[in-house]
Amino acid sequence: MTWTPDKPIISIKDVRKSFGAVEVLKGVSLDVMKGEVICIIGPSGSGKSTLIRCINALNDIQSGSITVEGQEVHDPKLDKLELRKKVGMVFQQYNLFPHKTALQNVMMAPVKVLRQPKAEVEARARALLRKVRLEGKENSYPGELSGGQQQRVAIARSLAMNPDVMLFDEVTAALDPETVKEVLVTIRDLAAEGMTCVLVTHEMGFAREIADHVYFTDRGVIVEHAPPREFFEHPKDPRTRAFLSQVL
Amino acid sequence: MTELLHPRPADPAMPAIKGHLPVLLPVRPPRPVTAAELFTPGTALLLLVLLAWFSVGPVVAQAAGETRTPVALLLLKWTPVLAEGFAFNILISILSMLAGTVLGVGLGVLQVSPNRLLARLAWVVTQFFRNSPWLVLLFYCILLIPFELEILGTTVPFPGWIKAVIGLSLPVMAYMSEFMRGAIQSIPSGQWESAASLGFTRRQTMIEVILPQTVTRVLPSWMNLYAVLTMATPIVSIVGVNEVMALTRAALSSESRTDLLIPMYLYILGWFFLYCYPISRLTRRLERKYAVKL
Repeated sequence: MTWTPDKPIISIKDVRKSFGAVEVLKGVSLDVMKGEVICIIGPSGSGKSTLIRCINALNDIQSGSITVEGQEVHDPKLDKLELRKKVGMVFQQYNLFPHKTALQNVMMAPVKVLRQPKAEVEARARALLRKVRLEGKENSYPGELSGGQQQRVAIARSLAMNPDVMLFDEVTAALDPETVKEVLVTIRDLAAEGMTCVLVTHEMGFAREIADHVYFTDRGVIVEHAPPREFFEHPKDPRTRAFLSQVL
Repeated sequence: MTELLHPRPADPAMPAIKGHLPVLLPVRPPRPVTAAELFTPGTALLLLVLLAWFSVGPVVAQAAGETRTPVALLLLKWTPVLAEGFAFNILISILSMLAGTVLGVGLGVLQVSPNRLLARLAWVVTQFFRNSPWLVLLFYCILLIPFELEILGTTVPFPGWIKAVIGLSLPVMAYMSEFMRGAIQSIPSGQWESAASLGFTRRQTMIEVILPQTVTRVLPSWMNLYAVLTMATPIVSIVGVNEVMALTRAALSSESRTDLLIPMYLYILGWFFLYCYPISRLTRRLERKYAVKL
């Protein structure tokens, strides 16, 4: 099956996932079209992070299907490298490599994994760091950077692999309030350029501003999904309303 | 009441702040004294004074009697021979450490292998050698390894000291394996996940991301182990290697002077001390430098 841009770039169908006896995803389905930005919100423990970790096979699933550009993610014969070239991921705790500088962090995967020529990768890496507004921080180690700066290095590092989709897993949850904005601006720029983005977030204002579609999860199921205006102004499900009244 | 509010005003790291309740202060159990801390310049001086007293004391005692060569001169006379022996100890310690480190890193990585059987096997090997007396391992190496080996038609000799190096490298390997396992497991799982999401394989992650980060974590323990190993090298004299202890015994028996016994052994102790003390100081400094900050 070949994938064409008119089909969903990510297609999740009836995914179930358990950790031991606890079922965290109880039949979740959603589609993401190319260039779309979707936000997944919901109370903690509702399975949102697990869901996006399943998209790039960091977690396995018990049943159902996830395809990225038509490729089945949980096929045992899957070439994981092919998948991870397509799907970039940014984590809540940045997870930069502390023994490498910002520039080296960005360069590492293209050089070591894709075996691209170093000079070419370096030029691209410098451009990416400029793009996330970290010019001048190329030779700083992660420990010398603020949380917001580290998170932007992490975004640049992911972008260096030229992914088609970016996954953001609560990327501002560990940040100081004043540095949240700089990271959100970076993501907004990316979305504006047409990058397909899947965000798990607690930033309701940001979700409303940036998302094409908002999904609300609770206890392992998608309770409700809608375009942001409709979702925030006229939530249908009582659980959504209860949640929104608590966080807004 | 003031006493209750400021229970530890003398602690400079935690200056008493008005209104701080005792329950808010962190509990700080007294830190146990480490071996490295016992080696202060003061104790070093004490040791040297003792050494001098033992070397010179007998000379003074015998000055009135018959004319025998002073102990200090005898020590000087034997110094070149003993120094050669001591250099052999250092050589054996360095070679055992190198071999043990290389093997230990490999074994430690195997201990965290996703292949259960391999990990289990590496664990068994580690535990076996870590819990065996060094001397027994040494005897086994001397007895089990042939004194020469036929490799592709050429005879490669295995002198005693090479067997000793192998024997001592086994416990080093086992300790190193445990250090590595601990260090690898102490790296946050996020490092594995972010590397995986960038397309790194497990092997690439280990080599490029995890192992470089274990270096600073393992370094202090590694240096400590080296100091312990160096201090243990005299046991190879028992299996017939001419290191410093064997030579000391030979020197003592050829002089047959009972008053030389204690000064000469102290002299050798002093050498070991002077070699190992700076290592333990440096270890302590590195420990502080790389201490995990909470």
